[in-house]
Amino acid sequence: MPRSVAAPASTSTSTPVSVLELSDVTVTFGGLTALDGVGLAVAPHQVHGVIGPNGAGKTTLFNVACGFVRPDSGTLHHHGTPVRRLRPTDLAGLGVARTLQGLGLFDRVTVLENVMIGADRHARTGFLGSLLALPRAHREDRALRERALAVLEELGVAHVAALLPPSLPYPLRKRVALARALVAEPELLLLDEPASGLSADEMDELGTLVRGLTDRMSVLLVEHHMDLVMRVCDEITVLDFGRVIASGPPERVREDPAVLAAYLGETV
Amino acid sequence: MRAPTPALPDAPLARHLLLAAVGLVAVVLVLQGVSEFRRFQLAEMAYLGIAAGGLTVLTGLNGQVSLGHGALMAIGAYTAALLLPDRDASVPLPLVLLAATVVALAVGAVVGVAAARLHGPYLAGATLALAVAVPGIALYFKDTLGGEQGLPVVLPEPPAWALDTAYFLTGQELTTSGYVALIGWLVLTVTYVLLANLSRSRVGRRWRAVRDDEVAAQLAGIDLGRARVSAFVVSAAAAGAAGAVLALSVRLAAPSSFTLTLSLTLLAAVVLGGLGSLTGALLGAALLTFLPQVATGLGTDAGLSDIQAAELAPLVYGLVMVAVVLLAPAGLAGSLRLLAVRRRTRGALSTTSKGTAR
Repeated sequence: MPRSVAAPASTSTSTPVSVLELSDVTVTFGGLTALDGVGLAVAPHQVHGVIGPNGAGKTTLFNVACGFVRPDSGTLHHHGTPVRRLRPTDLAGLGVARTLQGLGLFDRVTVLENVMIGADRHARTGFLGSLLALPRAHREDRALRERALAVLEELGVAHVAALLPPSLPYPLRKRVALARALVAEPELLLLDEPASGLSADEMDELGTLVRGLTDRMSVLLVEHHMDLVMRVCDEITVLDFGRVIASGPPERVREDPAVLAAYLGETV
Repeated sequence: MRAPTPALPDAPLARHLLLAAVGLVAVVLVLQGVSEFRRFQLAEMAYLGIAAGGLTVLTGLNGQVSLGHGALMAIGAYTAALLLPDRDASVPLPLVLLAATVVALAVGAVVGVAAARLHGPYLAGATLALAVAVPGIALYFKDTLGGEQGLPVVLPEPPAWALDTAYFLTGQELTTSGYVALIGWLVLTVTYVLLANLSRSRVGRRWRAVRDDEVAAQLAGIDLGRARVSAFVVSAAAAGAAGAVLALSVRLAAPSSFTLTLSLTLLAAVVLGGLGSLTGALLGAALLTFLPQVATGLGTDAGLSDIQAAELAPLVYGLVMVAVVLLAPAGLAGSLRLLAVRRRTRGALSTTSKGTAR
C-alpha cells in the first residue's frame, strides 16, 4: 500500500477514515476468479450496499471481510490500520458483527442465550469464575441477560426469549439473528441478504430499522431486493463477474449504463 | 427466563449448593438404612455418575463423542493405586482424589488438543484407540502397574473425627463400604456442583454455541479449538475422579475393570438419561447400576434358573435402551425438558397471534 499511512486518530477529524476498507482484493478458486481487484470503503455512520447478479462475488467479498476466505492479493484496513491474516474470531474484538444468510442460530439454546452469546465480547468472566460461579460472574451474567433482553425488546421479539429458535416462524428467527449481531454493539454491521424471505411490509420495517442504526454504526449490506437497497444505502458498489462495474450514491448507480446492462432482463 | 423455579434462589452458586446439601443429606439417610451390598452398589452408582456427568458435558454440551472415558477412568484409578500401595501410605485421601483428577486432566489436555481437530466418527475412532491402548500400558509395565492382576488399593482408615461424626449423626458405626460410598457421593456432589456451575455460565454458553453452529460461534469471537479442548479437559478430570472412587470401591486397579465396555456403558448412561443433563447422567448411572440386578431378581422370582435369570439382565438393558431411543430420543431427563419447552412455545406464540399484528 503506497498511499495512506496508518494514522487513524489524527486523520479522523479532518477526513473521516473508513471503518472498513478493502482495496484491490483478488480471490480465485482454482481456475475461477471470484473477485478481481475489488475495492470498497465503508464510511462511518453510512449504509453501504453491495449488489450484483447471482454469482457476482458478493458473498465472497463478505467472506474476505470476515476472514473466512483469505484473498490471493489485496489489503484490508480497519479504521486505517492494516489487518493481516484476519481470522473470523478476531471480528468481534474489532467491533464487527455479521448476520449469516442461513441465519446460523444456535438451535438447542434459547433465543435469549443466542443473543447472550452474541454479546460475548462484552463478557470478562474466565474459566475459574465460571467454575466456582463467583458473584462477579453472576453479576456479569445478569448484566448480559439484561442487555440481550433490551435488544430483543427493541426488535419486538422479547416475548420469545425463552423459546428455542427452530420453534419460531422464519421472520422471527431473522429478527433473533439480527438481535444477536446488534447486541455486540458493533461499529460495523455486515448484513448478508437481510430481506430474503420477508414480506413487503416486513421489508419496509427492516429498511427503517437499518436506517435507524446509522447513528450507532456503519452497515455493509448485501442484498437482492433493489428497492430496499436504493432506499437505505448511502453508497452502493455494484459487482458483476467479480469486478466492480459501478459505485456511488444510489441515484448515480441507478442510471449507470453498465449497471443497467448487467441487470438487463432481470426484474428489479 | 427469570428464576427457573420460584422456590430456589436466583444465583446459580446458591442454587447448586442448596441442591447439593439436600442431596447429601438424602444420601446419608439412605446409606444408613441399607445393607452392606446396597452400599457397595451405591458407591458404584457414584463413580459411574461422576464419569457420566463429565461425559454428558462433553457430548451433550459440546457435541464431542468420546469412546475413551473408560481409559481416562483407568488413569485416575492407577494414580490412586500408586499413591495407596499399603497401610502406611501417608498421602491423605483428598490429595489422592485430587492427584487422580489432575493426572487425568493432563492426559485429557493432550488428547483434547488432538480431539479438537477431529469430528464425529474420526473423534470416536481416536478416543476408541485410547480405550484400547491404555489397559495395554498396564500390561506392558508389569512391574510398576501390576500387569493383568493389577495393583491393590489399600483404603486408608477413616479418620477418627469422621467416625465420630458419623456415629453422632446416624447412631451407627461407619462400616467400610459405608465410608467408601460416602466418599463417592461427596466427590459426586462436588463434581456436579462444579459441572452445573460451568454449564450455567459463560463457559457453558460457549460450549453450546460451538456445538450448534461453528461459523456463528466464531463470529461471536469464540475460538473453536479452545472451547473444545476445555470441554475435553473438564470431562477428563471428572473421569479421573471417578476412576479414583472406583479404585477405592473395588480396592483394585486392574485392566479388566477398564475395558471398552466401560466406555460404551458410560455413553449409554448419558444417552439414556438425556444428553447434556446432569440429572440425566445420574439417572443413567442408577439404571446401569440397579437394572441388571432387578432384572435378575425378577427372573429368579419367575422361576428361571440362575443362569437364565442372569442372561435376562443384558436383554432387559437392551430393551430399555431401544425403548428410550424410540420413545424418548432426547433421553429421560431431556424429554421432560423438551415437554416444558414445548408448552412454553405454545403459550408464547399464541399470545403474539392474539396481540397486535406486527
